Amino acid sequence: MHPARSIIIFTTLSGLGFGMLVFLGLGMPRVTGGTAFAFFAIAYLLAVGGLLASTLHLGHPERALKAFSQWRSSWLSREGCLAVATLLVMALYGAALVFAGTRIAPLGWLGAALSLGTVYATSMIYAQLKTVPRWNHWTTPALFIGYALTGGSLLCGQISLAVPFLVVLGAAQLAVWQMGDKRFAHSGTTMATATQLGGIGAVRAFEPPHTGTNYLMTEMIHIVARRHVGPLRIIAFALMTILPWLLLFVLPFHHLLAALAVLSHLAGVLVSRWLFFAEAEHVVGLYYGKR
Amino acid sequence: MTTLPNQTEKKLGLVIDLDICVGCHACVTACKGWNTENYGAPLADKDAYGAEPVGSFLNRIHSFEVQPETGPAQLIHFPKSCLHCEDAPCVTVCPTGASYKRTEDGIVLVNETDCIGCGLCAWACPYGAREMDPVEKVMKKCTLCVDRIYNDNLPEEDRQPACVRTCPSNARHFGDLGDPGSDVSKLVAARGGVDLMPEQGTKPVNQYLPPRPKDEEIDVLAPFLAPVTEDPKGFLGWLGKTLERLG
Repeated sequence: MHPARSIIIFTTLSGLGFGMLVFLGLGMPRVTGGTAFAFFAIAYLLAVGGLLASTLHLGHPERALKAFSQWRSSWLSREGCLAVATLLVMALYGAALVFAGTRIAPLGWLGAALSLGTVYATSMIYAQLKTVPRWNHWTTPALFIGYALTGGSLLCGQISLAVPFLVVLGAAQLAVWQMGDKRFAHSGTTMATATQLGGIGAVRAFEPPHTGTNYLMTEMIHIVARRHVGPLRIIAFALMTILPWLLLFVLPFHHLLAALAVLSHLAGVLVSRWLFFAEAEHVVGLYYGKR
Repeated sequence: MTTLPNQTEKKLGLVIDLDICVGCHACVTACKGWNTENYGAPLADKDAYGAEPVGSFLNRIHSFEVQPETGPAQLIHFPKSCLHCEDAPCVTVCPTGASYKRTEDGIVLVNETDCIGCGLCAWACPYGAREMDPVEKVMKKCTLCVDRIYNDNLPEEDRQPACVRTCPSNARHFGDLGDPGSDVSKLVAARGGVDLMPEQGTKPVNQYLPPRPKDEEIDVLAPFLAPVTEDPKGFLGWLGKTLERLG
């Protein structure tokens, strides 16, 4: 799939933002007044910034409000509705913390649950697609939620939680890469089922419908991107798990090092999210003899 | 609403005969022409006369080579357009309700004034039937020429999709695949019509008729001709025999 910049930024930043809101909703850390304002401001900048970035890839962003209407059937619509609900609930909860210094705990729990729901809905936009076997698996939402919780715990300074999260996330990401590599072959969709000509013999794409390219090919067949997958996986893994772990737990604690750990994690997540799209192969490529 | 109807009154669709299609692309041109001049936003092209032309099409013809275990390879032209699936994944993913399947005839359409151009429906379609218009930035797809098939202003023979009407080899057929008595349903039954990518669970309405088995003996007169020896005569014959004796 084409790794569109707006979508990578959207899923990464909003994932981090809603991950932060999970912890803020649970009262981790217990902040009020100006400190609470700073935490909420960062979380909202990430969450809302990501959501705004997602509208950049729309053909008609001026009609975006219509996307809240089909929550009964569409994960993309559900994602929008849940995001707005989360932001409203957490705004009330945050305002009480900042201006009244009171923590309305049940409202925070509701906000945390809605935040997780939003990240889940985002991941289901991809995980629901049977046409992209690499994504069509329960590990996609699991990994998205893992990313949100890890990033959120780092940004909220929950160091004791960030250790196990970093370890589990790292292991999960390695497993997902490993399993994902085989999923297209396991999906059972081949050029033979796509054309139903396999009964005659071995099928080969002989001539494409046109000499140039088309929307389908630029959007869903992204072969160039996959050439450097090996090194990029190592870079992503090192930046998002190993380096933050070294900076936070091996070296003596310092706020500057903690900030560096967060930035390193963010950079790693961006690379791994780029790979999430670039490595994903759409079954329509079979009609073009490419994947 | 982007939930799918439980049942549609008719299942209008196409039957495509892979045995007959000659790969002339006339249906592509007819489709592009009709859908540029009629229903919805025109099917645009970009850089049409430049170095990198690109445009939206609702119907594209692939060509595949199939190599049987024995015998020569076969070339099969393969028209592909929206299959108007019963379980259309492109409809349910739409966040705005722009994408819908009609209860009366099963045609899958896009309401272009509601489309935000997010492209998710094109991702959800395994067949590559939806393309974003490069100029209007809304999703385009086959309408089964909904503005021809019910159009009383057209002569009766023209009330079928442009691709079907124009096909010079009659490789395309249009009708109600939900009615077992219809011509298209009988054709599908007689020729063993198949679903594309059945494992994707989309239940496509459009059916593909597989190529008929090729005749084993291509030249019907060959058996009646005097057999010609494959052994060479004269000097070459002597050389062959001598070499065989030596070897």
